[in-house]
Amino acid sequence: MSDITASMPAASVNGRKRYQKVVPWLLLGAAGLLLPLLDDAYIGVIAQRAFIYWILSAGLNLLVGFAGQIAIGWVPMLTLGAYTTAVLTAGTVTDPWDPYLALLAGGLVGSLFGVIIGLPALRLRTFYFAMTTLGFTTITTQVALAWKSVTGGGVGTPGPVFPWPFDSTWGFYYFCFILAGIATWLTANIAYSRYGRALIALRDAEVAAEASGISKPKLLVLVFLLAGGLGGIAGGLFASLQSYITPDAFTFEMSVLFFIAILIGGRGSIMGPILGTIILTTLPEFAAPLVQWSTFLYAALLLLIVLLIPGGIAELLDFRGRAALPQHREIAPRPELLGAVLGKPDRSQKMSLHGIQLHFGGVKAIDGIDVEIRAGEVHGLIGPNGSGKTTTLNVISGYYRPTAGELRLNGNALPVETTPERAAHRIARTFQTPRLIGDASVLENVMIGGTIDGQASFVESMLSLPRHHQDERALRDAAMKALAAVGLESLADVRADRLQHSELRFMEIARALMLRPAFLLLDEPAAGLSGEEIRRLGALITAISHEGVAVLLVEHHADLIFDICDTVTVLNLGKVLAAGTPAEIRAHKEVVSAYLGA
Amino acid sequence: MLESIITYGLAIGAVYAMIGITYNVMYSSSRVFSFTAGMLGMLGGVLGALFITKWGMNTVLAFGLVLACGAVIGIVTEIVTVRPVLKSIEQHLYVLSTLAFALMVQQVTAIEWGTEAQPFPKLIPVEAGLLDQKFWLPMLACTAAIIGLEALYRYTLVGRAFLAIAEDSYAARALGLPETKLRLACYAIAGMIGALAGFTGAQMLLAYFGNQAILNFYGFVPVALGGMGSNRGAIIGGLALGLFQQAASIMFGGIYAAVAVFIVFILILLLRPEGLAGVTVARRV
Repeated sequence: MSDITASMPAASVNGRKRYQKVVPWLLLGAAGLLLPLLDDAYIGVIAQRAFIYWILSAGLNLLVGFAGQIAIGWVPMLTLGAYTTAVLTAGTVTDPWDPYLALLAGGLVGSLFGVIIGLPALRLRTFYFAMTTLGFTTITTQVALAWKSVTGGGVGTPGPVFPWPFDSTWGFYYFCFILAGIATWLTANIAYSRYGRALIALRDAEVAAEASGISKPKLLVLVFLLAGGLGGIAGGLFASLQSYITPDAFTFEMSVLFFIAILIGGRGSIMGPILGTIILTTLPEFAAPLVQWSTFLYAALLLLIVLLIPGGIAELLDFRGRAALPQHREIAPRPELLGAVLGKPDRSQKMSLHGIQLHFGGVKAIDGIDVEIRAGEVHGLIGPNGSGKTTTLNVISGYYRPTAGELRLNGNALPVETTPERAAHRIARTFQTPRLIGDASVLENVMIGGTIDGQASFVESMLSLPRHHQDERALRDAAMKALAAVGLESLADVRADRLQHSELRFMEIARALMLRPAFLLLDEPAAGLSGEEIRRLGALITAISHEGVAVLLVEHHADLIFDICDTVTVLNLGKVLAAGTPAEIRAHKEVVSAYLGA
Repeated sequence: MLESIITYGLAIGAVYAMIGITYNVMYSSSRVFSFTAGMLGMLGGVLGALFITKWGMNTVLAFGLVLACGAVIGIVTEIVTVRPVLKSIEQHLYVLSTLAFALMVQQVTAIEWGTEAQPFPKLIPVEAGLLDQKFWLPMLACTAAIIGLEALYRYTLVGRAFLAIAEDSYAARALGLPETKLRLACYAIAGMIGALAGFTGAQMLLAYFGNQAILNFYGFVPVALGGMGSNRGAIIGGLALGLFQQAASIMFGGIYAAVAVFIVFILILLLRPEGLAGVTVARRV
């Protein structure tokens, strides 16, 4: 334990970093608090608008910047929130509601529609979701125009007035400011929790995120609820600010403004998009001749950003990420630390494949495979390219649904499950090409692996309740231990895309260990490693299996396979060519002629 | 009532179908869904009205010029917004680049042409007989577009090259096909079809900058219905959408028509994302 803590960054460095992070927020807060001293009502109105947009983009930032969803049309949430709040307060369809209750209702309507238009994003590729938000923007405006009895059509409807103490200009100003602060706090809590990391993982390494037990639909629904709700609340405030709302107040071009604000601010940043929103909202006010051209300029800006700096300004300013790393680094795994990472795996576990087949149309990728993997053993899976090794791993991890056959866990057949559900059986894996989140630190990448062991719910994390902090501490500790065990703890704070290929292989193993696996599937972990690194990898894998983990190892390095495996299965053309101890396989005539060579 | 559902529905459906084909032609050459499809449709109407009504140009000349403008805009789209982001297509940056370009054009239109919908002139000086030209023109244009495309694909070498890069651009390049030039040509063709849709549909839709957003969405629905890349699917999907929308609009009112179309769109995306007639492709891990 002691040597692990010694290798963590010193507390004073941590303190200084935190200090650097807090100062900009304090400045922003002070500016917001003191702005009324200027006593300029015009500036007050501009600032109110900026705060309202800020509330919307705080939620949208999670969706766009963190989850990577191209929600280009998020303004309908603002529209819906505005009309809901205004119509309920005005009493057009019901008895007049209390404005605060109506505002809350606006938020709920925003949440509801946020989920509805988000539904396609749960399953489909990015473009469809972009198109859905675009279509929804068009539809919302059409309905607002046509539904005259409720919305007043093109004539519009009066906006709500919030009673004392928020009725005066500066009262309403502080109301918006407080809500903007709360929105930021809530979204920042999510962003820096395991939920935020999971969102980024889904964005940059979806396959690995699923293997770590992260379910995209479940997580995205929560984010759609939050982002839609904040959009709805912003809409209610917007209606009050406008004092009279008509459909043409909610243009598609406004969506572009939010989107650019987030892009400029940089994905994965909280402060950046907020500053972007404030700047883009206020800028046209001070450049009056340009107002007519503002949408054109926003669009031109969007094009320039996409073509020139897709990472946003935050990435340009990421000096820490470019600091030099020591040359000639060595990975020195410390297998003796594995016990602390893995806990006590159940040594009676076993998994077996019975007649598994997987056909893609006429192609028989796997054609009836039987394999048994037992706790405490390393099982090698070898064979020529295209023999079905990786496909077998993909069936076990639930990416593919076998055409026929059964996967049994301790004798019980597993039902058809998604990959995240398979992870819950403590089936962990690595990938032939390392799947990483390039702009997150190595530590954060590894923490992803332990996502399913977190206890705090989304709401607890959002409100920064004690269980959330326990989770964060536990995940961080476990990830440092896992990194120490594979020998990468000195690189914990480095951006993952700066690691060498061999280091990424070990990082993936550390991430897989975070699941405290009963079964560990390794897909060519030795590819691209030097001879010495392969030897260390072999020792590490052996030690992992000695802790009681069942390891299934796909490899091409025959020496490694024969050194460390207890059993070996040879595949050829989707079928088992031979199975047995390494000695038996080495002597097997067909294997030698088909694969190993004389 | 039935008659107006069928005539108007098929006519507007033909416009949607042509925008759908515009999406498809660009998609099959580059795997990019470009938000410029609706913009091309909008411009077809606005430029037509500008050339004929404002500048007093001959109809045939104006028609040719509109198609030429569509082709040029298609080419500009490819060079400015598609080619630079093709390398990292998995990041979907094309969504933003094509949208940004489309918005810039839309905004220039709004400022220079105005934000009011303006009438589009009658193209052919005949009295309305059995069917007004504003209905049969888009249907005729749509038929001509699909026949032209099919003939191109089937009977010309260039057309087969288009099919080859649509099928497997990597292999096509390995065979020595000039992929970039072919892509450019596809974008030019898509530009012409989009402009054709706008030009022939403008007597119904008017010359209006706001048509861009409407056509972007309603033109994509046929693609989702028919399966991406399938032109026949887009035609069937477009006509079905036009009839459905018009029937719902007459029977229940415009709000319900818009909402119903949106619900159908979401349901299709959720239940049959590969389109009603498409096939699922195995996911690569």
